[in-house]
Amino acid sequence: MGLGIEVKNLNAWFSKAQVLQDIEMSIQPNKVTAIIGPSGCGKSTYVRCLNRMHETIPDARVTGDVKVGDLDVYGPDTVAVDVRRRIGMVFQKANPFPTMSIYDNVAAGLKLNGFRNRRELDEIVERSLVMSALWHEVKDVLKKKSGASLSGGQQQRLCIARALAVEPDILLMDEPASALDPISTGKIEELVFQLKEQYTVVIVTHNMQQAARVADFTGFFLMGKLIEFDRTEKIFTTPSDKRTEDYITGRFG
Amino acid sequence: MNWMMISSAALASVIVLIPLFAIFIYLLYKGVGAINIDFLTKLPLPPGETGGGMANAIVGSAVILALASLIGVPFGIGAGIYLSEFGSGKYADGVRFTADVLNGIPSIVVGIAIYSLVVLRQGHFSALSGGIALGIMMVPTVARTTEEMLAMVPNTVREAALGLGIPHWRSTLSITLRTAASGIITGVMLAFARVAGETAPLLFTAFGNQFWNLKRDTILTQPTAALPLQIYTYAISPYDDWHRQAWAGALVLILLIVTAVTAVRIVAGHGQMRGSA
Repeated sequence: MGLGIEVKNLNAWFSKAQVLQDIEMSIQPNKVTAIIGPSGCGKSTYVRCLNRMHETIPDARVTGDVKVGDLDVYGPDTVAVDVRRRIGMVFQKANPFPTMSIYDNVAAGLKLNGFRNRRELDEIVERSLVMSALWHEVKDVLKKKSGASLSGGQQQRLCIARALAVEPDILLMDEPASALDPISTGKIEELVFQLKEQYTVVIVTHNMQQAARVADFTGFFLMGKLIEFDRTEKIFTTPSDKRTEDYITGRFG
Repeated sequence: MNWMMISSAALASVIVLIPLFAIFIYLLYKGVGAINIDFLTKLPLPPGETGGGMANAIVGSAVILALASLIGVPFGIGAGIYLSEFGSGKYADGVRFTADVLNGIPSIVVGIAIYSLVVLRQGHFSALSGGIALGIMMVPTVARTTEEMLAMVPNTVREAALGLGIPHWRSTLSITLRTAASGIITGVMLAFARVAGETAPLLFTAFGNQFWNLKRDTILTQPTAALPLQIYTYAISPYDDWHRQAWAGALVLILLIVTAVTAVRIVAGHGQMRGSA
């Protein structure tokens, strides 16, 4: 079931350069929240701060509060690995494990965390592939084909299935369809729509129309600051901030 | 102009292959006559008598190489993983430099070093010291190849693993290493093939033996026969029969190395999946 995320006073740096300033956001459970903004505004960094992926980069730093239900993501006793099991991530370029079969790819998160029960694994793999709308295309070649032998759109759906298999509360998606053709993009968007019944989804996109199609809430970032955060219809029809309006109407991008 | 470039490159590659095939064909020609069941299963006979074989040398080489691999592979791969995934800065540079220097040390010097450090302590020549010497020689090749193969694994793979909440050590072993496994195995096989034929270090460590050395309490602690040593001894002897057996021994050595490398390829290749199924 989905949980919400409470973000307060979030700041992030790459070495000395500050890339996020005082971000405050309340992400609603079981809704899709889109993060939009021009290139370099900090959208990907923001999302990577939510599951503690930002700190894996050398010399990167984060301060602030991120709470998911009762989990204090940056709490002193919290282990990053646990956070990432509860907050899953799908990356811009599909990255299935190249030397593993489709089955092993989906099961990787479970197997490598000690899960061994064969029958349950089979069920979870099937369920995850069904949820990511890939099951029917691969069910006969689960163990025979490698993850990397699928098409771009299929690979991305495989990565979604892999992320869903560990049953996270929240799914972060960093421009998941930006490398895909329109038909695959459409499939992914449909997927996002269905996923929100069970998960909370945060999706970064540089495509405003995608945000308008898919998201319940939208946050507009500009140069490391959160300019406006509101229901999607409001952002795209009557934005409160002039900068939001300028971006939406294409005055800069 | 293009045509000239292509043809001179092709010519160069043919010239490179000529010594390889020449040696192999000559070995076949000289050696195949002396290979028979006796050769593969019997002990050497006293000088002057015809017949006998190199069975003890074949087994001895296998024992020594197994020991060498037990040392060379884990330490080599471990060092490679450290250099690629965890190391940085001066210490890692120092490790790399040491590995490269170690790689360049003449094998006879390694043999003498192990002689002082192990043989003198043990009080005997042994397969153990031979295995240690050859294992040490394997480490730099395996370490550098492992490091390079791991560096070729794209960072997106590591990120994907981290994003799933897999601990760093686990993802390094089960995902990053596994992705690079094919190349690492090639590196291991290269190192193996190189030390399989080294003779000089064995002169001071395994020393050679005309008899079997298979009893549990002596297998690691007494002089052991090895194919390169036996080939050397026979080749410089004045006996024709021993010369023929030396050729046969050389041929057997090459065939064993090729078989080992191929077998590992087949077994390891079996578990790999490639990008295009």
